[in-house]
Amino acid sequence: MGSLTRRAFGFAAAGALATSALPRRLRAETAKLKVGVLLPRSGLQAFIGQSCQRGADVAPELLRQRLGVEVELMNADTESNVDTARSRAERLIEQGAHVLVGAFDSGHTAAVAQVAEQRGVPHIINIAAAPQITEQGYKFVFRNFPPAPEIGRNGLVLLGDIFREAKTQPSTAVFMHVNDTFGQSMAKGVAALLPTLKLPFKLLDTIPYDPAAKDLTVEVSKAKATKAELLLLVCRLNDAVVLRREMVKQRWSPMGIVSPGSPGLYEEQFSKGLGKYAENCITNTVWFNPKNGITHDFSAAFKKKFPKDEFAFHGINASYTFDAILIAADAFKRAHSTDHKALAEAIRHTDIPATDRVSFGGPIRFNAKGQVEGNRSVVLQNLGGKPTVVLPKDYAEGKLVFPMPKVG
Amino acid sequence: MSESGTAPEVSTGVAAAKPAHADPARRRRLVAMGLLGLASLAMPLLGTSYLLSAATLALYLAYVGQAWNVMMGFAGQLSLGHSLYVGLGAYVAAGIFVHTGVGPWASVWLAVGACAAVGAFIGLLAFRLRIAGVQLSLLTIAFAELARIGFDHIDALGGPGGLFLPVVNRGHVDLLGFRGPPTLYYYAMLLLAAGALALCALLLRSRAGYYWRAIREDEAAAEAVGINTFRWKMFAVVLSSAMTAVAGTFFAFYNNSLFPEQIFGFERSVEILVGPVVGGLGTLFGPIVGAVTLVVLGDGTTELLNRAGVDLPGVRQGIHGLLLLLVTIYMPNGIWPPLARALGFEAKRL
Amino acid sequence: MPAASTIVNVVVSGVLTGIVYGLMALGLSAIFGVVRLVNFAHGELMTLAMYGAVVAFQRLGLDPFLSMAGVAVVFGALGYALQRGFINRFVSRPEHAQMLLMLALAIIIGNVLLLAFGPDARNVQTSYQLDSFELGPLLVDKVRVYAAIAALVTTALLGAFFRLTLTGKAIRACADNPLGARVAGLPVAHLYAVTFGIGAATVAVAGCATVQLIDVTPGLGPAYTLLAFVIVIVGGLGSMVGALLGGLIIGLSEALAGLLVSPSAKSMVSFGLLAVILLVWPRGLLGGRR
Repeated sequence: MGSLTRRAFGFAAAGALATSALPRRLRAETAKLKVGVLLPRSGLQAFIGQSCQRGADVAPELLRQRLGVEVELMNADTESNVDTARSRAERLIEQGAHVLVGAFDSGHTAAVAQVAEQRGVPHIINIAAAPQITEQGYKFVFRNFPPAPEIGRNGLVLLGDIFREAKTQPSTAVFMHVNDTFGQSMAKGVAALLPTLKLPFKLLDTIPYDPAAKDLTVEVSKAKATKAELLLLVCRLNDAVVLRREMVKQRWSPMGIVSPGSPGLYEEQFSKGLGKYAENCITNTVWFNPKNGITHDFSAAFKKKFPKDEFAFHGINASYTFDAILIAADAFKRAHSTDHKALAEAIRHTDIPATDRVSFGGPIRFNAKGQVEGNRSVVLQNLGGKPTVVLPKDYAEGKLVFPMPKVG
Repeated sequence: MSESGTAPEVSTGVAAAKPAHADPARRRRLVAMGLLGLASLAMPLLGTSYLLSAATLALYLAYVGQAWNVMMGFAGQLSLGHSLYVGLGAYVAAGIFVHTGVGPWASVWLAVGACAAVGAFIGLLAFRLRIAGVQLSLLTIAFAELARIGFDHIDALGGPGGLFLPVVNRGHVDLLGFRGPPTLYYYAMLLLAAGALALCALLLRSRAGYYWRAIREDEAAAEAVGINTFRWKMFAVVLSSAMTAVAGTFFAFYNNSLFPEQIFGFERSVEILVGPVVGGLGTLFGPIVGAVTLVVLGDGTTELLNRAGVDLPGVRQGIHGLLLLLVTIYMPNGIWPPLARALGFEAKRL
Repeated sequence: MPAASTIVNVVVSGVLTGIVYGLMALGLSAIFGVVRLVNFAHGELMTLAMYGAVVAFQRLGLDPFLSMAGVAVVFGALGYALQRGFINRFVSRPEHAQMLLMLALAIIIGNVLLLAFGPDARNVQTSYQLDSFELGPLLVDKVRVYAAIAALVTTALLGAFFRLTLTGKAIRACADNPLGARVAGLPVAHLYAVTFGIGAATVAVAGCATVQLIDVTPGLGPAYTLLAFVIVIVGGLGSMVGALLGGLIIGLSEALAGLLVSPSAKSMVSFGLLAVILLVWPRGLLGGRR
């Protein structure tokens, strides 16, 4: 210590502090976050996977502008196959992915989650609805998407809002649902919640159908025969198109066609394929927040990168996929490190305000199970050939039309 | 409808009982197998986690392909709905675990029993009611589809929403519950695949093997000398389904989630049989060679496409189809027979 | 118990759907009956035809029922070339080799379609697409009626071809006795190719007829292959009328099962029916051939 004066020590300390701080910050800023994106871009789910991919593709540029974070995407195709999903996840980790995002399908997501947990790599689920995925006690798996029962509940509650807003209510309803995850979950939800939610209609019949069915004449005939005023529909895209066509052919025009939460009615193929018959169909679903600044930036960036695509038609897929990467980038910014454990901890303490996310909901905070609560649904109606938010009123982009006028 | 399940190339008779050191071919075979065995055992230490998962998949396909091959090679029936047994085995074991907590070591027997029963039923259809050939193949597809729709309606097993097995800590090895790190599953699959190979080799040399060969060469003559062809053909079919059940149980505990649409699908049935057909239908090592080739080809193509910067979805599968096409055209008996010849072995047939 | 009008509507629609199913399976039956080839790429060929109809509609403005003939000719030529130039070598090979060949082709076609057209669904929208004929309480879908007519006409044409023309008779001779046909000097390879061409053309007709009912995506193939298989097993492999009959039975049983039991399990009924029919008539209802 001898010749070192206090001032010298002070300078040295200051110098040490400066040199240790500066390179680290600089390192963090010039260091990249490698995000492994696992999506079904080929195979049966190719359409949805590629839609999600668009949200991912817009992310690096936008996140550089908004957060000053460098994100490098490592894209992998799960090929709509669970074995491929697993091995692609392993390969991405081996190739240095710091965080994984994906994989849309619940089965594939569960497999990827297992790999991520086992390898101690954080996995942020963009979209996957099976509730059990966040019930496994994983420490590295996080999901910003509401599980199917929650979507169902939110959707049914919004039904009441629709009737209140329209000052009209149906006295009878028929519920048609595809026999898959959403459909099954919704059927259970309807049975359980209908009495408690005090919805005004009487449910006359529940008609499940096979997603592989090529012909839905019988199903529509049965539904029409109930003479119900409201059609509650949980479907997928392809059968939504077939069903609506069949309804027109059988000349059945109920007071409303409402999905309490499922794909189909708000999608491009539905609107383009059915033209005027797609108008005024309603879906209660998770969506993007149309009032947020970040959403405007996102949609502008989306339009620039994909000029031929209408952003609204990729509303859910692109928004939730982007938000997953946003969460990763935000965690990276706070962690100042690409170490898996550090990132996971940072993700665990995420607190992104409701106004700073593209998807619609409260602040992004993960509960003890790694699940975000409070993601909200909107009432979406096809107006002018585009899915438009009509409720909640504060976020509406258009006016609710209910009952559905008869289409000639 | 002629029974044309077996390729023209026929093995040369019974293996002579020469001592190992005197027969160079046999010695070469043993050395090769020994080396392969050592490499397989050491794989977790040598390879990365990704390679381990790829190897586990290859072994799974090899095992399930071997099981399928038993029905084709021994009983001459082409099953296009083997996913039925994978799914049934998986759901039985998983269902028992989810509802009672009983682990796979016990429940696998029930899975095997269930699949054996279904296999016996299909065998009855094939052999007693003479629904064979193309009709039977197409009927097996129908049964798999029946299972898919059926299980979609069983709420107790999750229905279309899927059956999820509760996953506990995978850090330590829990043999009883069959939970642990990926290495555990790799060795389990290695054991199964090796066991299936050994079983088929043993059966080949046994009385059953002679009967099967006799039945395949000339069923009428076999009947004439007093062989109960019905019983032996049934045995093959039931054995095939029982073996596949074990694969299903493994699948359930490896992936921890089951969906009727995914596990009973036709694509899965195809995945099971492509290995043996490409490797060498009706041969002993065909399924293994085929499974390894397919996994290497599949992942290898993805790697090459990545390096080349090609990011077009669908290209890899297209190339995969092309390679399958080429193998079908230029190696009609599969990869193993010519490969074996080149290596100085003889492709043992079932 | 549903109302009488509902039942009648469902039955009529089931019959029409069934006839269209039958049309779809005709090609498969013809090819198997003669060439003894189980065409695992059947669904993919149909998907390809549907895309053809879409392209014809978008580029040439042709209604699918009009472009049907053209697409059929193109597919006929394609089928002939495919069989003659390629598949023919496999005719004498064991079943599994043929099966793998067609499977590989199916995979290739499916993924080429994905690369060429993308995963988005394509459709054809004509002015009458959603119209129905009204006959009292009966509402009959126009497109299905036209499709059923196309199916019946095609079956009649095929029947006439096989029974009345020289080529047709020669093909039947090949089917009944391949060795004898060769001995008699018939150009078997050419005849097989003609049959495959006809099968492909029939699939093309089915595709054009169906494109207004279902939007086409690259992954549509396997489901149609499966459906076609079920129909031909029921009706009898190798019989034209059998294919129609099989289609009718499946269409009607699904409709009635859906109405009276449960729509989500209606496919189980057709598969169950398939199993039962096979137990009683192992060759299918009209499958007399070997």
